[in-house]
Amino acid sequence: MKLRRFVFDKLWIAATFATVVIAVVPLLSILADVVYQGIASMNIDFFTQLPPPPCSAATCTPGGLGNAIQGTIILVALSGAIGIPIGIISGIYISEYGNNSYGSSVRFLGDVLAGIPSIVTGVLVYVLIVIPLRGYSVTAGGIALGSMMIPIVSNTSAEALKTVPNSIREASHALGIRKWRTSLLIAAHAKRAIATASLLAIARITGETAPLLLSAGISQLWFSGLDHPIASLTFYIYYFATSPYANWKALAWGAAFILIVIVLGINMGVRIITRTKEVYSS
Amino acid sequence: MKRTSRADVLFRYLTIAVASVVVGLFAIYFLELFSGSSLTLSEGLAFIFSSTWTDVVFGVYPMLWGSLVTSAIALCIGVPISVGVAIFLSEIARGKLRSALGFLVEMLAAVPSVVYGLWGLFILTPLLSTYVYPFVEQYLGFIPIFSCPDSFVPCYFYGVSIMTAGIILTIMIIPIVAAISRDALLAVPNSQREAAYALGATKAEAVNMSVLSYARSGVIAAVFLGFARAFGETMAVVMLIGNERAVSVSLFHPGYTLASLIANEFSEASSPAAVSALIEAGLVLLIVSFLTSFTGRLLIRRFLKTREAASYI
Repeated sequence: MKLRRFVFDKLWIAATFATVVIAVVPLLSILADVVYQGIASMNIDFFTQLPPPPCSAATCTPGGLGNAIQGTIILVALSGAIGIPIGIISGIYISEYGNNSYGSSVRFLGDVLAGIPSIVTGVLVYVLIVIPLRGYSVTAGGIALGSMMIPIVSNTSAEALKTVPNSIREASHALGIRKWRTSLLIAAHAKRAIATASLLAIARITGETAPLLLSAGISQLWFSGLDHPIASLTFYIYYFATSPYANWKALAWGAAFILIVIVLGINMGVRIITRTKEVYSS
Repeated sequence: MKRTSRADVLFRYLTIAVASVVVGLFAIYFLELFSGSSLTLSEGLAFIFSSTWTDVVFGVYPMLWGSLVTSAIALCIGVPISVGVAIFLSEIARGKLRSALGFLVEMLAAVPSVVYGLWGLFILTPLLSTYVYPFVEQYLGFIPIFSCPDSFVPCYFYGVSIMTAGIILTIMIIPIVAAISRDALLAVPNSQREAAYALGATKAEAVNMSVLSYARSGVIAAVFLGFARAFGETMAVVMLIGNERAVSVSLFHPGYTLASLIANEFSEASSPAAVSALIEAGLVLLIVSFLTSFTGRLLIRRFLKTREAASYI
Protein backbone atom coordinates (compact mmCIF):
# COMPACT_ATOMS: atom_id res chain seq x y z
CA MET A 1 0.00 0.00 0.00
CA LYS A 2 1.29 3.37 -0.96
CA LEU A 3 2.27 5.66 1.90
CA ARG A 4 -0.04 8.39 0.63
CA ARG A 5 -3.09 6.14 0.93
CA PHE A 6 -1.99 4.91 4.34
CA VAL A 7 -1.56 8.44 5.65
CA PHE A 8 -4.88 9.55 4.14
CA ASP A 9 -6.60 6.66 5.86
CA LYS A 10 -5.19 7.54 9.27
CA LEU A 11 -5.93 11.24 8.81
CA TRP A 12 -9.46 10.38 7.77
CA ILE A 13 -10.02 8.31 10.91
CA ALA A 14 -8.59 11.15 13.00
CA ALA A 15 -10.96 13.57 11.26
CA THR A 16 -14.03 11.49 12.07
CA PHE A 17 -12.85 11.29 15.67
CA ALA A 18 -12.45 15.06 15.67
CA THR A 19 -16.10 15.46 14.62
CA VAL A 20 -17.13 13.35 17.63
CA VAL A 21 -15.10 15.62 19.89
CA ILE A 22 -16.71 18.71 18.32
CA ALA A 23 -20.15 17.19 18.91
CA VAL A 24 -19.53 16.18 22.51
CA VAL A 25 -17.69 19.28 23.78
CA PRO A 26 -20.84 21.49 23.86
CA LEU A 27 -22.63 18.81 25.91
CA LEU A 28 -19.83 18.68 28.46
CA SER A 29 -19.67 22.47 28.57
CA ILE A 30 -23.44 22.72 29.10
CA LEU A 31 -23.35 20.14 31.88
CA ALA A 32 -20.37 21.76 33.58
CA ASP A 33 -21.85 25.27 33.45
CA VAL A 34 -25.33 24.23 34.51
CA VAL A 35 -24.01 22.22 37.43
CA TYR A 36 -21.47 24.84 38.49
CA GLN A 37 -23.78 27.86 38.24
CA GLY A 38 -26.91 25.96 39.24
CA ILE A 39 -25.61 24.52 42.48
CA ALA A 40 -24.72 28.06 43.57
CA SER A 41 -28.44 28.91 43.69
CA MET A 42 -29.48 25.74 45.48
CA ASN A 43 -30.87 26.26 48.97
CA ILE A 44 -34.09 25.58 50.85
CA ASP A 45 -35.61 28.84 49.64
CA PHE A 46 -35.25 27.72 46.03
CA PHE A 47 -37.75 24.94 46.63
CA THR A 48 -40.11 26.65 49.04
CA GLN A 49 -40.30 30.35 48.16
CA LEU A 50 -42.02 32.39 45.46
CA PRO A 51 -39.92 34.31 42.88
CA PRO A 52 -38.28 37.40 44.42
CA PRO A 53 -38.60 40.95 43.06
CA PRO A 54 -35.87 41.93 40.58
CA CYS A 55 -32.62 43.06 42.16
CA SER A 56 -29.08 43.61 41.04
CA ALA A 57 -27.61 44.80 44.33
CA ALA A 58 -25.36 42.72 46.55
CA THR A 59 -28.11 41.85 49.00
CA CYS A 60 -31.53 40.94 47.68
CA THR A 61 -34.77 39.67 49.08
CA PRO A 62 -34.36 35.92 49.12
CA GLY A 63 -36.70 33.91 46.96
CA GLY A 64 -37.01 30.77 44.96
CA LEU A 65 -38.91 28.98 42.29
CA GLY A 66 -41.10 26.78 44.45
CA ASN A 67 -44.18 27.62 42.42
CA ALA A 68 -42.40 26.75 39.17
CA ILE A 69 -41.39 23.34 40.53
CA GLN A 70 -44.95 22.75 41.69
CA GLY A 71 -46.29 23.94 38.32
CA THR A 72 -43.99 21.69 36.31
CA ILE A 73 -45.01 18.69 38.42
CA ILE A 74 -48.72 19.46 37.94
CA LEU A 75 -48.36 20.06 34.20
CA VAL A 76 -46.34 16.90 33.65
CA ALA A 77 -48.76 14.82 35.73
CA LEU A 78 -51.71 16.18 33.79
CA SER A 79 -50.08 15.63 30.42
CA GLY A 80 -49.05 12.12 31.44
CA ALA A 81 -52.61 11.35 32.47
CA ILE A 82 -53.74 12.41 28.99
CA GLY A 83 -50.87 11.20 26.85
CA ILE A 84 -49.81 7.89 28.38
CA PRO A 85 -53.13 5.93 28.35
CA ILE A 86 -54.05 7.15 24.86
CA GLY A 87 -50.53 6.46 23.65
CA ILE A 88 -50.39 2.94 25.06
CA ILE A 89 -53.80 1.90 23.69
CA SER A 90 -52.88 3.36 20.33
CA GLY A 91 -49.62 1.39 20.55
CA ILE A 92 -51.60 -1.78 21.26
CA TYR A 93 -53.63 -1.12 18.13
CA ILE A 94 -50.55 -0.59 15.97
CA SER A 95 -48.81 -3.70 17.26
CA GLU A 96 -51.67 -6.17 17.78
CA TYR A 97 -54.32 -5.10 15.26
CA GLY A 98 -52.53 -2.73 12.93
CA ASN A 99 -50.93 -5.17 10.54
CA ASN A 100 -52.66 -3.33 7.71
CA SER A 101 -52.41 -0.05 5.83
CA TYR A 102 -54.31 1.90 8.52
CA GLY A 103 -51.99 0.60 11.22
CA SER A 104 -48.89 1.57 9.32
CA SER A 105 -50.26 4.99 8.48
CA VAL A 106 -51.10 5.64 12.14
CA ARG A 107 -47.50 4.81 12.89
CA PHE A 108 -46.13 6.91 10.07
CA LEU A 109 -48.31 9.91 10.94
CA GLY A 110 -47.23 9.50 14.57
CA ASP A 111 -43.61 9.89 13.49
CA VAL A 112 -44.43 12.97 11.44
CA LEU A 113 -46.60 14.39 14.24
CA ALA A 114 -43.73 14.02 16.70
CA GLY A 115 -41.66 16.12 14.29
CA ILE A 116 -44.03 19.09 14.25
CA PRO A 117 -42.39 22.08 15.98
CA SER A 118 -43.61 22.37 19.56
CA ILE A 119 -44.44 26.07 19.12
CA VAL A 120 -47.04 25.01 16.54
CA THR A 121 -48.66 22.83 19.22
CA GLY A 122 -48.78 25.97 21.33
CA VAL A 123 -50.54 27.85 18.52
CA LEU A 124 -53.04 25.01 18.09
CA VAL A 125 -53.90 24.90 21.78
CA TYR A 126 -54.18 28.68 21.80
CA VAL A 127 -56.77 28.57 19.02
CA LEU A 128 -58.56 25.52 20.36
CA ILE A 129 -58.59 26.14 24.11
CA VAL A 130 -57.08 29.44 25.22
CA ILE A 131 -59.33 31.62 23.04
CA PRO A 132 -62.60 29.87 24.04
CA LEU A 133 -61.61 29.82 27.73
CA ARG A 134 -60.47 33.46 27.53
CA GLY A 135 -57.05 33.00 29.03
CA TYR A 136 -54.03 30.85 29.73
CA SER A 137 -54.73 27.91 32.03
CA VAL A 138 -53.33 24.75 33.55
CA THR A 139 -55.82 22.77 31.47
CA ALA A 140 -54.51 24.27 28.25
CA GLY A 141 -50.91 23.56 29.29
CA GLY A 142 -51.69 19.95 30.20
CA ILE A 143 -53.51 19.37 26.93
CA ALA A 144 -50.67 20.93 24.93
CA LEU A 145 -48.02 18.73 26.54
CA GLY A 146 -50.33 15.69 26.60
CA SER A 147 -51.04 15.92 22.88
CA MET A 148 -47.29 15.99 22.28
CA MET A 149 -46.87 12.84 24.33
CA ILE A 150 -49.46 10.81 22.41
CA PRO A 151 -47.49 10.12 19.20
CA ILE A 152 -44.26 9.52 21.15
CA VAL A 153 -45.78 7.01 23.57
CA SER A 154 -47.87 5.41 20.81
CA ASN A 155 -44.92 4.60 18.57
CA THR A 156 -42.46 3.64 21.29
CA SER A 157 -44.94 1.34 23.05
CA ALA A 158 -45.89 -0.24 19.70
CA GLU A 159 -42.19 -0.90 19.26
CA ALA A 160 -42.03 -2.44 22.74
CA LEU A 161 -45.05 -4.67 22.11
CA LYS A 162 -43.60 -5.91 18.83
CA THR A 163 -40.55 -7.24 20.65
CA VAL A 164 -42.74 -9.72 22.58
CA PRO A 165 -42.16 -13.06 20.83
CA ASN A 166 -45.01 -14.36 18.68
CA SER A 167 -44.86 -17.68 20.49
CA ILE A 168 -46.58 -16.04 23.48
CA ARG A 169 -49.44 -14.83 21.28
CA GLU A 170 -49.72 -18.30 19.75
CA ALA A 171 -49.65 -20.00 23.15
CA SER A 172 -52.39 -17.72 24.42
CA HIS A 173 -54.43 -18.33 21.31
CA ALA A 174 -53.96 -22.09 21.59
CA LEU A 175 -55.31 -21.99 25.13
CA GLY A 176 -58.50 -20.46 23.78
CA ILE A 177 -57.88 -17.09 25.39
CA ARG A 178 -59.68 -14.39 23.54
CA LYS A 179 -57.82 -11.91 21.41
CA TRP A 180 -58.56 -8.89 23.60
CA ARG A 181 -57.27 -10.62 26.69
CA THR A 182 -54.26 -11.83 24.74
CA SER A 183 -53.51 -8.22 23.75
CA LEU A 184 -53.63 -7.13 27.38
CA LEU A 185 -51.47 -10.09 28.29
CA ILE A 186 -48.90 -9.03 25.73
CA ALA A 187 -49.05 -5.47 27.09
CA ALA A 188 -48.52 -6.81 30.62
CA HIS A 189 -45.60 -8.83 29.31
CA ALA A 190 -43.94 -5.75 27.83
CA LYS A 191 -44.75 -3.56 30.83
CA ARG A 192 -41.13 -2.76 31.61
CA ALA A 193 -40.46 -1.57 28.10
CA ILE A 194 -43.72 0.40 28.01
CA ALA A 195 -42.91 2.01 31.37
CA THR A 196 -39.48 2.92 30.01
CA ALA A 197 -41.03 4.47 26.93
CA SER A 198 -43.48 6.48 29.03
CA LEU A 199 -40.69 7.70 31.32
CA LEU A 200 -38.64 8.87 28.34
CA ALA A 201 -41.68 10.70 26.99
CA ILE A 202 -42.10 12.37 30.39
CA ALA A 203 -38.45 13.42 30.35
CA ARG A 204 -38.92 14.89 26.92
CA ILE A 205 -42.10 16.79 27.87
CA THR A 206 -40.66 18.15 31.13
CA GLY A 207 -38.16 20.20 29.13
CA GLU A 208 -40.71 21.72 26.76
CA THR A 209 -41.10 25.48 26.85
CA ALA A 210 -42.52 26.76 23.59
CA PRO A 211 -46.00 25.19 23.91
CA LEU A 212 -46.34 26.56 27.44
CA LEU A 213 -45.79 30.14 26.25
CA LEU A 214 -49.14 29.96 24.47
CA SER A 215 -51.05 27.59 26.76
CA ALA A 216 -50.17 27.56 30.45
CA GLY A 217 -48.73 31.06 30.53
CA ILE A 218 -46.78 32.09 33.60
CA SER A 219 -47.71 32.94 37.15
CA GLN A 220 -45.95 34.59 40.07
CA LEU A 221 -48.07 32.64 42.53
CA TRP A 222 -48.75 29.09 43.60
CA PHE A 223 -51.20 26.82 41.79
CA SER A 224 -54.66 28.33 42.19
CA GLY A 225 -56.98 26.23 40.08
CA LEU A 226 -57.08 24.48 36.73
CA ASP A 227 -58.47 27.54 34.98
CA HIS A 228 -55.62 29.85 35.99
CA PRO A 229 -52.17 30.32 34.47
CA ILE A 230 -49.40 28.38 36.14
CA ALA A 231 -45.65 28.77 36.60
CA SER A 232 -43.21 26.26 35.14
CA LEU A 233 -39.45 25.76 35.40
CA THR A 234 -38.86 26.07 31.67
CA PHE A 235 -40.87 29.27 31.25
CA TYR A 236 -39.05 30.78 34.21
CA ILE A 237 -35.68 29.90 32.72
CA TYR A 238 -36.62 31.82 29.57
CA TYR A 239 -38.19 34.70 31.49
CA PHE A 240 -35.35 35.12 33.98
CA ALA A 241 -32.46 34.44 31.60
CA THR A 242 -33.57 37.22 29.26
CA SER A 243 -34.05 39.66 32.14
CA PRO A 244 -31.29 42.11 33.13
CA TYR A 245 -31.34 41.28 36.86
CA ALA A 246 -28.56 39.32 38.52
CA ASN A 247 -30.73 37.51 41.09
CA TRP A 248 -33.17 36.40 38.39
CA LYS A 249 -30.38 35.12 36.17
CA ALA A 250 -29.01 33.11 39.07
CA LEU A 251 -32.44 31.55 39.59
CA ALA A 252 -32.59 30.69 35.87
CA TRP A 253 -29.38 28.67 36.28
CA GLY A 254 -30.84 26.97 39.34
CA ALA A 255 -33.98 26.01 37.41
CA ALA A 256 -31.83 24.70 34.55
CA PHE A 257 -29.91 22.57 37.05
CA ILE A 258 -33.11 20.99 38.40
CA LEU A 259 -34.35 20.43 34.85
CA ILE A 260 -31.11 18.81 33.71
CA VAL A 261 -31.07 16.57 36.78
CA ILE A 262 -34.62 15.37 36.03
CA VAL A 263 -34.24 14.97 32.27
CA LEU A 264 -30.78 13.45 32.11
CA GLY A 265 -31.48 11.48 35.30
CA ILE A 266 -34.43 9.74 33.65
CA ASN A 267 -32.47 9.15 30.46
CA MET A 268 -29.46 7.71 32.26
CA GLY A 269 -31.59 5.67 34.65
CA VAL A 270 -33.48 4.12 31.77
CA ARG A 271 -30.20 3.36 30.04
CA ILE A 272 -28.84 1.56 33.08
CA ILE A 273 -32.03 -0.43 33.71
CA THR A 274 -32.37 -1.59 30.12
CA ARG A 275 -28.72 -2.56 30.02
CA THR A 276 -28.84 -4.75 33.12
CA LYS A 277 -31.93 -6.56 31.93
CA GLU A 278 -32.38 -7.04 28.22
CA VAL A 279 -36.11 -7.17 27.60
CA TYR A 280 -36.17 -9.56 24.66
CA SER A 281 -33.27 -10.37 22.50
CA SER A 282 -34.89 -12.15 19.61
CA MET B 1 -66.39 -22.11 20.52
CA LYS B 2 -66.83 -18.84 18.69
CA ARG B 3 -63.50 -17.32 17.68
CA THR B 4 -64.55 -13.73 18.24
CA SER B 5 -66.78 -12.57 21.06
CA ARG B 6 -68.53 -9.27 21.53
CA ALA B 7 -65.76 -8.20 23.94
CA ASP B 8 -63.25 -8.86 21.20
CA VAL B 9 -65.08 -6.66 18.74
CA LEU B 10 -65.53 -3.92 21.33
CA PHE B 11 -61.87 -3.97 22.33
CA ARG B 12 -60.78 -3.84 18.72
CA TYR B 13 -62.97 -0.82 18.04
CA LEU B 14 -61.71 0.83 21.20
CA THR B 15 -58.10 0.53 20.10
CA ILE B 16 -58.96 1.73 16.59
CA ALA B 17 -60.80 4.73 18.02
CA VAL B 18 -57.91 5.64 20.31
CA ALA B 19 -55.34 5.14 17.56
CA SER B 20 -57.43 7.44 15.39
CA VAL B 21 -56.67 10.22 17.88
CA VAL B 22 -53.24 10.37 16.21
CA VAL B 23 -54.82 10.78 12.78
CA GLY B 24 -57.42 13.17 14.18
CA LEU B 25 -54.76 15.35 15.81
CA PHE B 26 -53.16 15.64 12.45
CA ALA B 27 -56.33 16.88 10.79
CA ILE B 28 -57.02 19.24 13.69
CA TYR B 29 -53.62 20.93 13.30
CA PHE B 30 -54.35 21.88 9.71
CA LEU B 31 -58.05 22.69 10.17
CA GLU B 32 -57.62 24.88 13.24
CA LEU B 33 -54.60 26.76 11.97
CA PHE B 34 -56.38 27.44 8.68
CA SER B 35 -59.53 28.66 10.38
CA GLY B 36 -57.61 30.57 13.06
CA SER B 37 -55.73 32.58 10.47
CA SER B 38 -58.72 33.31 8.24
CA LEU B 39 -58.49 37.06 8.90
CA THR B 40 -55.10 37.38 7.25
CA LEU B 41 -55.18 34.36 4.98
CA SER B 42 -57.16 36.37 2.44
CA GLU B 43 -54.13 38.61 1.93
CA GLY B 44 -52.61 35.72 0.07
CA LEU B 45 -48.96 35.51 -0.82
CA ALA B 46 -48.25 39.08 0.25
CA PHE B 47 -47.95 37.57 3.71
CA ILE B 48 -44.89 35.66 2.64
CA PHE B 49 -43.25 38.17 0.32
CA SER B 50 -43.82 41.41 2.18
CA SER B 51 -41.50 42.85 4.82
CA THR B 52 -43.94 45.28 6.40
CA TRP B 53 -45.37 44.33 9.76
CA THR B 54 -47.70 46.94 11.25
CA ASP B 55 -51.01 46.83 13.06
CA VAL B 56 -52.88 46.22 9.84
CA VAL B 57 -50.39 44.87 7.30
CA PHE B 58 -48.50 41.67 7.99
CA GLY B 59 -45.56 40.30 6.07
CA VAL B 60 -43.22 37.62 7.32
CA TYR B 61 -40.53 37.79 4.65
CA PRO B 62 -37.77 38.77 7.16
CA MET B 63 -38.76 35.92 9.49
CA LEU B 64 -38.95 33.39 6.69
CA TRP B 65 -35.52 34.58 5.56
CA GLY B 66 -34.20 34.24 9.12
CA SER B 67 -35.64 30.73 9.50
CA LEU B 68 -34.16 29.62 6.19
CA VAL B 69 -30.73 31.18 6.77
CA THR B 70 -30.33 29.88 10.33
CA SER B 71 -31.41 26.39 9.20
CA ALA B 72 -28.99 26.60 6.26
CA ILE B 73 -26.12 27.51 8.60
CA ALA B 74 -27.05 24.61 10.86
CA LEU B 75 -27.06 22.18 7.93
CA CYS B 76 -23.85 23.50 6.35
CA ILE B 77 -21.87 23.09 9.56
CA GLY B 78 -23.90 20.33 11.19
CA VAL B 79 -24.27 17.76 8.43
CA PRO B 80 -20.55 17.16 7.79
CA ILE B 81 -19.94 16.88 11.55
CA SER B 82 -22.92 14.55 11.98
CA VAL B 83 -21.85 12.30 9.13
CA GLY B 84 -18.38 12.17 10.66
CA VAL B 85 -19.88 11.20 14.02
CA ALA B 86 -22.05 8.57 12.32
CA ILE B 87 -19.04 7.11 10.50
CA PHE B 88 -17.00 7.01 13.69
CA LEU B 89 -19.80 5.38 15.67
CA SER B 90 -20.72 2.76 13.07
CA GLU B 91 -17.46 2.02 11.24
CA ILE B 92 -14.58 2.80 13.56
CA ALA B 93 -15.49 2.67 17.25
CA ARG B 94 -16.18 -0.72 18.79
CA GLY B 95 -17.43 -2.04 22.10
CA LYS B 96 -17.44 0.25 25.11
CA LEU B 97 -16.12 3.31 23.27
CA ARG B 98 -18.95 3.03 20.75
CA SER B 99 -21.69 2.74 23.36
CA ALA B 100 -20.22 5.47 25.57
CA LEU B 101 -19.90 7.98 22.72
CA GLY B 102 -23.27 6.96 21.33
CA PHE B 103 -24.76 7.62 24.75
CA LEU B 104 -23.20 11.09 24.93
CA VAL B 105 -24.54 12.01 21.50
CA GLU B 106 -28.00 10.79 22.54
CA MET B 107 -27.80 12.91 25.69
CA LEU B 108 -27.19 15.92 23.46
CA ALA B 109 -30.68 15.32 22.06
CA ALA B 110 -32.18 15.09 25.54
CA VAL B 111 -31.03 18.53 26.73
CA PRO B 112 -34.09 20.83 26.75
CA SER B 113 -33.92 23.59 24.17
CA VAL B 114 -34.40 26.34 26.75
CA VAL B 115 -31.22 25.12 28.45
CA TYR B 116 -29.43 25.43 25.09
CA GLY B 117 -30.77 28.97 25.01
CA LEU B 118 -29.53 29.74 28.52
CA TRP B 119 -26.09 28.30 27.83
CA GLY B 120 -25.96 30.00 24.45
CA LEU B 121 -26.82 33.37 25.95
CA PHE B 122 -24.31 33.35 28.80
CA ILE B 123 -21.49 31.10 27.61
CA LEU B 124 -21.50 30.69 23.83
CA THR B 125 -22.44 34.22 22.79
CA PRO B 126 -19.69 36.05 24.75
CA LEU B 127 -17.20 33.47 23.50
CA LEU B 128 -18.17 33.98 19.87
CA SER B 129 -18.38 37.76 19.99
CA THR B 130 -15.03 38.26 21.72
CA TYR B 131 -12.90 35.58 20.08
CA VAL B 132 -14.48 34.23 16.91
CA TYR B 133 -16.49 36.96 15.16
CA PRO B 134 -13.80 39.73 15.23
CA PHE B 135 -11.31 37.23 13.83
CA VAL B 136 -13.68 36.05 11.07
CA GLU B 137 -14.63 39.62 10.19
CA GLN B 138 -11.00 40.68 9.98
CA TYR B 139 -9.92 37.93 7.62
CA LEU B 140 -13.11 37.04 5.76
CA GLY B 141 -14.90 40.38 6.00
CA PHE B 142 -14.61 40.88 2.23
CA ILE B 143 -17.28 38.19 1.84
CA PRO B 144 -20.64 39.96 2.29
CA ILE B 145 -22.04 37.40 4.73
CA PHE B 146 -19.11 37.95 7.11
CA SER B 147 -18.98 41.69 6.65
CA CYS B 148 -19.87 44.30 9.21
CA PRO B 149 -21.95 47.18 7.84
CA ASP B 150 -20.67 50.56 9.02
CA SER B 151 -21.95 51.42 12.42
CA PHE B 152 -20.83 52.99 15.64
CA VAL B 153 -20.14 49.69 17.41
CA PRO B 154 -19.01 46.51 15.65
CA CYS B 155 -22.09 44.64 14.50
CA TYR B 156 -21.12 41.58 16.51
CA PHE B 157 -20.81 43.67 19.65
CA TYR B 158 -23.89 42.22 21.35
CA GLY B 159 -23.25 38.75 20.03
CA VAL B 160 -26.88 37.87 19.44
CA SER B 161 -27.17 37.36 15.70
CA ILE B 162 -28.29 35.09 12.88
CA MET B 163 -24.88 33.39 13.06
CA THR B 164 -25.16 32.71 16.80
CA ALA B 165 -28.63 31.22 16.33
CA GLY B 166 -27.30 29.15 13.43
CA ILE B 167 -24.47 27.80 15.58
CA ILE B 168 -26.77 26.79 18.44
CA LEU B 169 -29.02 25.07 15.88
CA THR B 170 -25.96 23.28 14.54
CA ILE B 171 -25.30 21.82 17.99
CA MET B 172 -28.97 20.90 18.36
CA ILE B 173 -29.38 19.07 15.03
CA ILE B 174 -26.16 17.06 15.33
CA PRO B 175 -27.67 14.31 17.54
CA ILE B 176 -30.65 13.83 15.19
CA VAL B 177 -28.71 13.83 11.93
CA ALA B 178 -25.95 11.70 13.45
CA ALA B 179 -28.34 9.11 14.92
CA ILE B 180 -30.29 8.61 11.69
CA SER B 181 -27.12 8.56 9.57
CA ARG B 182 -25.58 6.04 11.95
CA ASP B 183 -28.62 3.79 11.64
CA ALA B 184 -28.39 4.12 7.87
CA LEU B 185 -24.70 3.15 7.92
CA LEU B 186 -25.34 0.22 10.27
CA ALA B 187 -28.01 -1.01 7.86
CA VAL B 188 -25.48 -1.30 5.04
CA PRO B 189 -24.85 -5.02 4.47
CA ASN B 190 -21.36 -6.21 5.28
CA SER B 191 -20.92 -7.52 1.76
CA GLN B 192 -20.57 -3.89 0.64
CA ARG B 193 -17.59 -3.42 2.95
CA GLU B 194 -16.09 -6.81 2.17
CA ALA B 195 -16.25 -6.14 -1.56
CA ALA B 196 -14.26 -2.94 -1.11
CA TYR B 197 -11.71 -4.59 1.19
CA ALA B 198 -11.31 -7.43 -1.30
CA LEU B 199 -10.22 -4.84 -3.85
CA GLY B 200 -7.56 -3.67 -1.39
CA ALA B 201 -9.35 -0.59 -0.15
CA THR B 202 -8.37 1.09 3.08
CA LYS B 203 -11.07 1.79 5.67
CA ALA B 204 -11.47 5.35 4.42
CA GLU B 205 -11.77 4.20 0.82
CA ALA B 206 -14.21 1.44 1.71
CA VAL B 207 -16.49 3.84 3.58
CA ASN B 208 -16.26 6.64 1.02
CA MET B 209 -16.72 4.45 -2.05
CA SER B 210 -18.86 1.61 -0.92
CA VAL B 211 -20.68 2.29 2.35
CA LEU B 212 -21.67 5.95 2.09
CA SER B 213 -23.05 5.61 -1.42
CA TYR B 214 -25.20 2.70 -0.29
CA ALA B 215 -26.51 4.65 2.69
CA ARG B 216 -27.00 7.85 0.69
CA SER B 217 -30.79 7.99 0.89
CA GLY B 218 -30.69 7.37 4.64
CA VAL B 219 -28.28 10.27 5.10
CA ILE B 220 -30.45 12.49 2.90
CA ALA B 221 -33.43 11.57 5.09
CA ALA B 222 -31.38 12.61 8.12
CA VAL B 223 -30.71 15.98 6.49
CA PHE B 224 -34.44 16.51 5.88
CA LEU B 225 -35.28 15.74 9.51
CA GLY B 226 -32.42 17.91 10.72
CA PHE B 227 -33.81 20.77 8.65
CA ALA B 228 -37.29 20.24 10.09
CA ARG B 229 -35.86 20.42 13.60
CA ALA B 230 -33.82 23.55 12.89
CA PHE B 231 -36.62 25.32 11.05
CA GLY B 232 -39.09 24.87 13.90
CA GLU B 233 -36.78 25.32 16.86
CA THR B 234 -38.05 28.11 19.04
CA MET B 235 -36.60 28.68 22.49
CA ALA B 236 -32.87 28.61 21.80
CA VAL B 237 -33.35 30.80 18.74
CA VAL B 238 -35.61 33.38 20.37
CA MET B 239 -32.95 33.85 23.05
CA LEU B 240 -30.00 34.16 20.66
CA ILE B 241 -31.10 35.77 17.40
CA GLY B 242 -31.83 39.27 18.66
CA ASN B 243 -35.43 39.40 17.40
CA GLU B 244 -35.02 42.23 14.92
CA ARG B 245 -37.14 42.41 11.79
CA ALA B 246 -34.40 42.84 9.22
CA VAL B 247 -33.27 41.14 6.07
CA SER B 248 -29.53 41.53 6.23
CA VAL B 249 -26.86 39.82 4.21
CA SER B 250 -24.42 39.93 7.10
CA LEU B 251 -24.80 36.96 9.38
CA PHE B 252 -23.48 38.97 12.31
CA HIS B 253 -26.62 41.08 12.28
CA PRO B 254 -29.62 40.27 14.51
CA GLY B 255 -32.57 38.63 12.82
CA TYR B 256 -35.86 36.93 13.44
CA THR B 257 -37.43 33.57 12.62
CA LEU B 258 -41.02 32.43 12.22
CA ALA B 259 -40.88 30.41 15.43
CA SER B 260 -39.25 33.17 17.47
CA LEU B 261 -41.77 35.66 16.10
CA ILE B 262 -44.62 33.56 17.49
CA ALA B 263 -42.91 33.01 20.83
CA ASN B 264 -41.96 36.65 21.22
CA GLU B 265 -45.08 38.48 20.08
CA PHE B 266 -48.06 36.26 20.82
CA SER B 267 -48.64 37.62 24.30
CA GLU B 268 -48.41 41.19 23.02
CA ALA B 269 -50.64 40.74 19.99
CA SER B 270 -53.34 43.34 20.49
CA SER B 271 -55.78 43.01 17.62
CA PRO B 272 -57.57 39.92 16.27
CA ALA B 273 -55.78 40.56 12.97
CA ALA B 274 -52.37 40.41 14.67
CA VAL B 275 -53.30 37.13 16.36
CA SER B 276 -54.49 35.80 13.03
CA ALA B 277 -51.19 36.80 11.41
CA LEU B 278 -49.22 34.99 14.10
CA ILE B 279 -51.38 31.89 13.66
CA GLU B 280 -50.70 32.11 9.93
CA ALA B 281 -46.97 32.21 10.71
CA GLY B 282 -47.61 28.99 12.66
CA LEU B 283 -49.39 27.58 9.64
CA VAL B 284 -46.38 28.30 7.41
CA LEU B 285 -44.19 26.61 10.01
CA LEU B 286 -46.55 23.62 10.14
CA ILE B 287 -46.64 23.19 6.37
CA VAL B 288 -42.88 23.47 5.89
CA SER B 289 -42.04 21.14 8.77
CA PHE B 290 -44.76 18.70 7.72
CA LEU B 291 -43.42 18.51 4.16
CA THR B 292 -39.79 18.05 5.18
CA SER B 293 -40.57 15.67 8.02
CA PHE B 294 -42.91 13.66 5.78
CA THR B 295 -40.29 13.41 3.03
CA GLY B 296 -37.60 12.43 5.51
CA ARG B 297 -39.74 9.69 7.07
CA LEU B 298 -40.73 8.42 3.63
CA LEU B 299 -37.08 8.19 2.60
CA ILE B 300 -36.23 6.29 5.79
CA ARG B 301 -39.07 3.88 5.17
CA ARG B 302 -38.01 3.25 1.60
CA PHE B 303 -34.41 2.88 2.64
CA LEU B 304 -35.32 0.26 5.25
CA LYS B 305 -37.43 -1.60 2.69
CA THR B 306 -34.61 -1.82 0.16
CA ARG B 307 -32.35 -3.00 2.97
CA GLU B 308 -34.80 -5.78 3.81
CA ALA B 309 -34.99 -6.70 0.15
CA ALA B 310 -31.19 -6.75 0.00
CA SER B 311 -30.92 -9.06 2.98
CA TYR B 312 -32.70 -11.80 1.04
CA ILE B 313 -30.10 -11.82 -1.73
